[in-house]
Amino acid sequence: MSILITPQTKILIQGITGDFGGRHAKLSLDYGTQVVAGVTPGKGGQFFEHGAHKVPIFNSVAEAKAATGATVAVVYVPPPFAGDAILEGVDAGLDLVVAITEGIPIKDMIRVKRAITGKKTRLIGPNCPGLVTPGAGEGSKGGCRIGIAPGYIHKKGHVGVVSRSGTLTYEAVYQLTSKGIGQSTAVGIGGDPVNGTSHLDVIKMFNDDPDTHGIIMIGEIGGNAEVEAARWIKANCQKPVAGFIAGATAPAGRRMGHAGAIVGGAEDTAAAKIAVFQECGIEVAATPSDMADALLRAAKARGTKLA
Amino acid sequence: MNIHEYQAKALFEKFGVPVPKGAVATTPEEFITALSQLPEGPTMVKSQIHAGGRGKGTFTDGYKGGVKFCKTKADAKEVAGKMLGNTLVTIQTGPAGRKVQTVYFTVASDIKKEYYLAILLDRASSKPVIVASTEGGVEIEKVAHDTPEKIIRVVVDPAYGLADFQVRELIAKLGFAGAEAKNAAKLIRNLYTAFWETDAAMIEVNPLISTPAGDILALDAKVSFDSNALYRHPEIVALRDLNEEDPKEIEASKFGLSYIALDGNIACLVNGAGLAMSTMDIIQHFGGTPANFLDVGGGASKDQVVAAFKIILGDKNVKGILVNIFGGIMDCNVIATGIVEAVKEVGLKLPLVVRLEGNNVAAGKATLNASGLKLVSGDTMADAAQKIVKLVA
Repeated sequence: MSILITPQTKILIQGITGDFGGRHAKLSLDYGTQVVAGVTPGKGGQFFEHGAHKVPIFNSVAEAKAATGATVAVVYVPPPFAGDAILEGVDAGLDLVVAITEGIPIKDMIRVKRAITGKKTRLIGPNCPGLVTPGAGEGSKGGCRIGIAPGYIHKKGHVGVVSRSGTLTYEAVYQLTSKGIGQSTAVGIGGDPVNGTSHLDVIKMFNDDPDTHGIIMIGEIGGNAEVEAARWIKANCQKPVAGFIAGATAPAGRRMGHAGAIVGGAEDTAAAKIAVFQECGIEVAATPSDMADALLRAAKARGTKLA
Repeated sequence: MNIHEYQAKALFEKFGVPVPKGAVATTPEEFITALSQLPEGPTMVKSQIHAGGRGKGTFTDGYKGGVKFCKTKADAKEVAGKMLGNTLVTIQTGPAGRKVQTVYFTVASDIKKEYYLAILLDRASSKPVIVASTEGGVEIEKVAHDTPEKIIRVVVDPAYGLADFQVRELIAKLGFAGAEAKNAAKLIRNLYTAFWETDAAMIEVNPLISTPAGDILALDAKVSFDSNALYRHPEIVALRDLNEEDPKEIEASKFGLSYIALDGNIACLVNGAGLAMSTMDIIQHFGGTPANFLDVGGGASKDQVVAAFKIILGDKNVKGILVNIFGGIMDCNVIATGIVEAVKEVGLKLPLVVRLEGNNVAAGKATLNASGLKLVSGDTMADAAQKIVKLVA
C-alpha cells in the first residue's frame, strides 16, 4: 500500500492546457498515472492528446468529477488564480487537492486555509513538488505521479519520505533507490508559510500505513512544524525515522523587525531543530548525502527491514 | 519587500493611523524646506535605512546614533548634515553598514508611555496575529524572554476580520482608558486594515505612544510586504528603494535566479532552494565557507548559467565554485552543455567542481569530460563538497 494515492487513483489536472501543466500531464501519463480529466474554464469539450492518450477537458472541476470519477486534483494554474482553483476542488468534494503553483500571495492562502477548515478535502502544497507512489514497472512506472517530481528515480517499496523541498526530496529518494531501497510514497508538502498539510499530518499517515516501514523527514529553518512532528514521533511512532534540516548556514537575513523572532519561537533555527530531533530519537543526517544512510542506521538499531 | 520608515508612516496616515508630523530630505539644500514644514521646537532626526537598531548604531566616521533628539530646528539641521551621505552600522546592517541617502525630520512628541504593537502571520494557526505589549521602546525579544506574560497575542479569524471584542481585549490589557482607549481602538482597527489591504507581511510599531493630551501615535514604523502579492499593488512597488538592495541580487532576479551574498569563498550554483541551502551547509560541514546562496530554479538554461557565473565571479572573495545540479526532469546533458559554454564565455580561472545527477547523467558527464575544461567531477554532494573545500584550501 501507500498513503493518499495508489496507482489506481484517478486524477484531474487544473491548468492542463498551460505549458507547465501540459508538460507534466504528459510525464504523468507516460509514468502510467490515471490522468482522467483536465479542467480549463472555456475549453470544455476539447481534448488533451498525448500519444494514444486522449484526455477530456471540462469547464469546471465539478463537471470533470461527475463525468470521470476523479478524486484528486492537481493545480498548475498561475498564482493570481491558484487560490480560486484550490477552492473549486474543495467545493467539488474531492479527496485531495495538490497545489504545485509557486508564488501564491500569503493572504490568498490564509483565506483558502480558513475556507477549507472542516471540509473533507485535504490540501497538499502550495509551492510543492507533489507526491509519488511508485509503481512496480521499469523505472517505477505504473505508479501514481502527481506534480513535478521525476518519476524514474523512484522504486516501489516501504520507505515514506516527507519534505518541504522538492530537490531535497529527489535527493533522498535517489539515495534510497541507489541502495535498492524502495518507497511507499514520497510527499512534498511545499515551502510556503501557509500550507495545507504539515510534516506531522504526513508522519501520522505513514505511521498508520502497514506498508511503510521507515520514514525520512526533511525540514528547513523557520516555523516549528518539524519540532511538532518530532515530539509526536517520540510519543507515538514505532517506526525508524531519519531527519535532515537544511539551512544551518543560512544567514539570519536582513530582517527589519523583531516580531517574527518572538512569534516563530526559539526553536526555528537549524541547530534547535536538530537538537529536538536527537532528543526525540530521530537519527539525524549530518549532511544531505547522509539521508538514506541515516535511515539505514535507524532501521538497524530497531531491527527493522526496509527492503 | 521592505520600505523606509517615512514611507510606512505615509501609508499609516492614508489608513488613519496617527503619526508625528514629519518631512524628508535627500540633499542638504532640502533640509531647510523640509524643516520649514515643521513647527519650531524639539525635533527628531532619523536616518532612513532598511535596518533596525538605528538609534544605537554608529556611523563609520565615528559619529554615534542614527536617530537623534534635537532641542531646536537649527540643531536638527546640523545633525542631519552629519547623517546624510554617512554610512550607518547597526546590529542588523552587518559590518559594512548602509549609506544614509534620506533623512527624516519629525516633531518630537511628548511621551506619556511607550507600548509595542505588531501584526504579522502566525504560522502555527495560518492566521494574522496582533502582538502587543505595555513594554514599548525596548527590545521586544527581551520582554518576551524575561516577562512572557507581558506579551499579548490576539489571533484574527480571516473569515470575519478583527472583531470589536478583540479590540476591547487589547485595549483593556494595554491599560488604556477614556480618550486614550477610544483613540487606541481606532488606531488598532486602522492598522489591521492597512495590514490586510496592502498584503503586508509584517507591520511593527515600536514604540506606540500615548501623549499627555490623550493622543495615541505610531512613533516608529517598520513595514514589509509579501513579494508574491506585489503584482496587485503597483503603488507599493513604486516605494521600492534599489539603493537598499545588493546590486548582485537585483541582477540575479532579472534572470530568474535567487541569489544572496554571504561572507565565504566557495561560490555555489544549485537548482532548487532546499538543495541550495543544504549545499551551503555541506560546504561548511567539510570545513569550507559558502560565498552565496544561488538557486537557478527548476530548469537551468545556458543563459541562466552564464548569468549565474558572472554574478558569482563579481564577488571578489570567491576562490572556487561548486555546481550542484539534480536534473530531475531536465536533461543533464543540456545542463552540462550550458555549463561548458558558460565557463568558456566567462573565461573561468578558478577551481570548479561539478556534481551532476539525474536524467541522462552519463551523457552529461561525457560532455563535461570531452570539453577540455579543467573541472573536477563530484559523484555525490559529499564528494563534491570535499573536493572543492580541498581545492580552495
